[in-house]
Amino acid sequence: MSGSLAASGLSVRYETPHGSVHALRHVDIEAHPGEVIGIVGESGCGKSTLVTALANLLPANARIDGAIRYNGVDLAKLDAHRQRLLRGDEIALVGQDPMTAFNPVLTIGDQLIDFQHHRKDFSRAQKRARIAAMLGRVGIADAERRMRSYPHELSGGMRQRVAIAAALLTDPGLLIADEPTTALDVTMEAQIIHLLRELRREYNGIIIVVSHHLGVIAELCDRVYVMYAGEVVEGGEVDAIFHDPRHPYTQALLACDPARFHDRLDRLPTIPGSLPSLTQPPPGCVYAQRCGRAFAPCKTIAPPLVKLTACHAARCHAVTP
Amino acid sequence: MLAYAVKRIGLGLLILVLVMVAMYAAVFLVPGDPATVALGPRATPELKRLLIERMGLDQPVWWQIVEFFRNALTGNLGYDVWSNRPVSTLVLEALPNTLVLGLTALAVALLIGVPLGCLSVMRRGTAADAAIGVLSVGVIAVPSFVVAIYSLLLFAVTLRWLPAIGAGEAGDLFSQARALVMPAAAIALGWIGYIARMVRASMMEVMGEPHIRTARSFGLPEWKIVSKYALRIAIIPTISLVAVGLGSILSSAVFVEAVFARPGIGKLITDAVSTRNYPVVMGTVLIMTAIYVSITIAADLLIARLDPRVRDVFRG
Repeated sequence: MSGSLAASGLSVRYETPHGSVHALRHVDIEAHPGEVIGIVGESGCGKSTLVTALANLLPANARIDGAIRYNGVDLAKLDAHRQRLLRGDEIALVGQDPMTAFNPVLTIGDQLIDFQHHRKDFSRAQKRARIAAMLGRVGIADAERRMRSYPHELSGGMRQRVAIAAALLTDPGLLIADEPTTALDVTMEAQIIHLLRELRREYNGIIIVVSHHLGVIAELCDRVYVMYAGEVVEGGEVDAIFHDPRHPYTQALLACDPARFHDRLDRLPTIPGSLPSLTQPPPGCVYAQRCGRAFAPCKTIAPPLVKLTACHAARCHAVTP
Repeated sequence: MLAYAVKRIGLGLLILVLVMVAMYAAVFLVPGDPATVALGPRATPELKRLLIERMGLDQPVWWQIVEFFRNALTGNLGYDVWSNRPVSTLVLEALPNTLVLGLTALAVALLIGVPLGCLSVMRRGTAADAAIGVLSVGVIAVPSFVVAIYSLLLFAVTLRWLPAIGAGEAGDLFSQARALVMPAAAIALGWIGYIARMVRASMMEVMGEPHIRTARSFGLPEWKIVSKYALRIAIIPTISLVAVGLGSILSSAVFVEAVFARPGIGKLITDAVSTRNYPVVMGTVLIMTAIYVSITIAADLLIARLDPRVRDVFRG
């Protein structure tokens, strides 16, 4: 089963002893079956909070406002039990670090059988057969032996393949990959991207890929949301974002991508300044402090989301359709 | 794994030898003539000399140690100075009572302590968690002989529900079980607290690990995450604690056996020390050390069995 996903006006704050941290503010994103959505941004921009909210895995001190409609149901309003029933059934998550993602004292097979616990219609033997088939599909040779292995006996790349297999075994309508290649070396990264590209051809649910790596996003996604300081500052089709970025932050981010420079530079360009405080977000645009094009209203008035084309929008005072 | 086991057993034997050397040194250093203490000031010199010879105390200390181990290897632990019965027989008579007491106490403590610790983690931050915490610290703080004396007053003297002394009628399991309730509870109570605290602490740490998040992201029910994914890792420090703690369980058995006048190793060794019955002291200490060392080795092997990463370290 697969349906559309739409987060609207989604805000998440963490209550801490030092005050509220506004990790996510009025985020609007949407995704339709068969689409691959990219979420890109630097560390601390709220990418992980967004996917954690989508996967219903926010910690107890998180307060959520707004709606996450999936298949017509508002996930944010569901009670803990109903949320749990969706996890590992409709929604699956591939974590950031494959080295620590699996339980070290249980075999791969044992864990993958447990992860299919929603599928009461399969016997244990059928579940094992599905695992073996799925491990083969994600490129793991000798699946039967690997099922008897413990996680530490597998390499990082292999573990990430297993993590993807585990997520696919649940036939999710929404597959979230949170920085799926960040913890891997370059060769492994290329292999995992290749695997994800292969998978998207046969998969008809929604895939959300989170990364701070622009190359990963460009290779895998149909549409991209660029995040900065807890807000989505620009969103649109991959081509539009990469070739016609409109928000000054997106432009600066692309200008800093090391992959764009074929010659060795003495210094890579950087964006001067640092992220605004998430405890007391600025009243105006979150990027105003670092923006080269900021003018009077930017520091005081929050910019509206400006619709540029049917599916390209940017949150900036300086852009016009 | 096998090489590891052999190495551990070798080390264990070395510990046995060292303990016995220390024991002989202690006997050598204790002031006063054992024969005078044992026989009283009015004993004749011949009688004293006879006793010293029977205890082997006229030989040099190193020779006594060598003799002791040579005899021990053939199963001969020496003879009780007073009754002339073999020490091995005395120990074997007393040992089952103490082992039953210690193991029952330990089993009770684990069966109550581990679920309490898990419950604490599942209900973390709630009143139930706080109550378990306060209760645990409370029972840890009360020494087992205090529990023994008060439960004796309440259940044996006032309410007359349980027998006050002894280990029950020989051959009557029900009467033996009734006699076991209070001594075992007296020892177990504090350990329930220790184990609950230990399980809670290591479980809290494990619950913060990324693989628990993975299990959650697949919607596994919390009880399954706690009992299968977290407990298998969190129980490992508890196993080490319990293995080391068995020494203290057996030593608290000494007090508890005294309070309930229960035959056992504790009573055997206290009586032997007060009458300077050295062969009995030595034999008992050897057996207890051997048990203690074996339990520690067994615990380490069990940990290696539970954690495949530890297993591989020993294999490689």
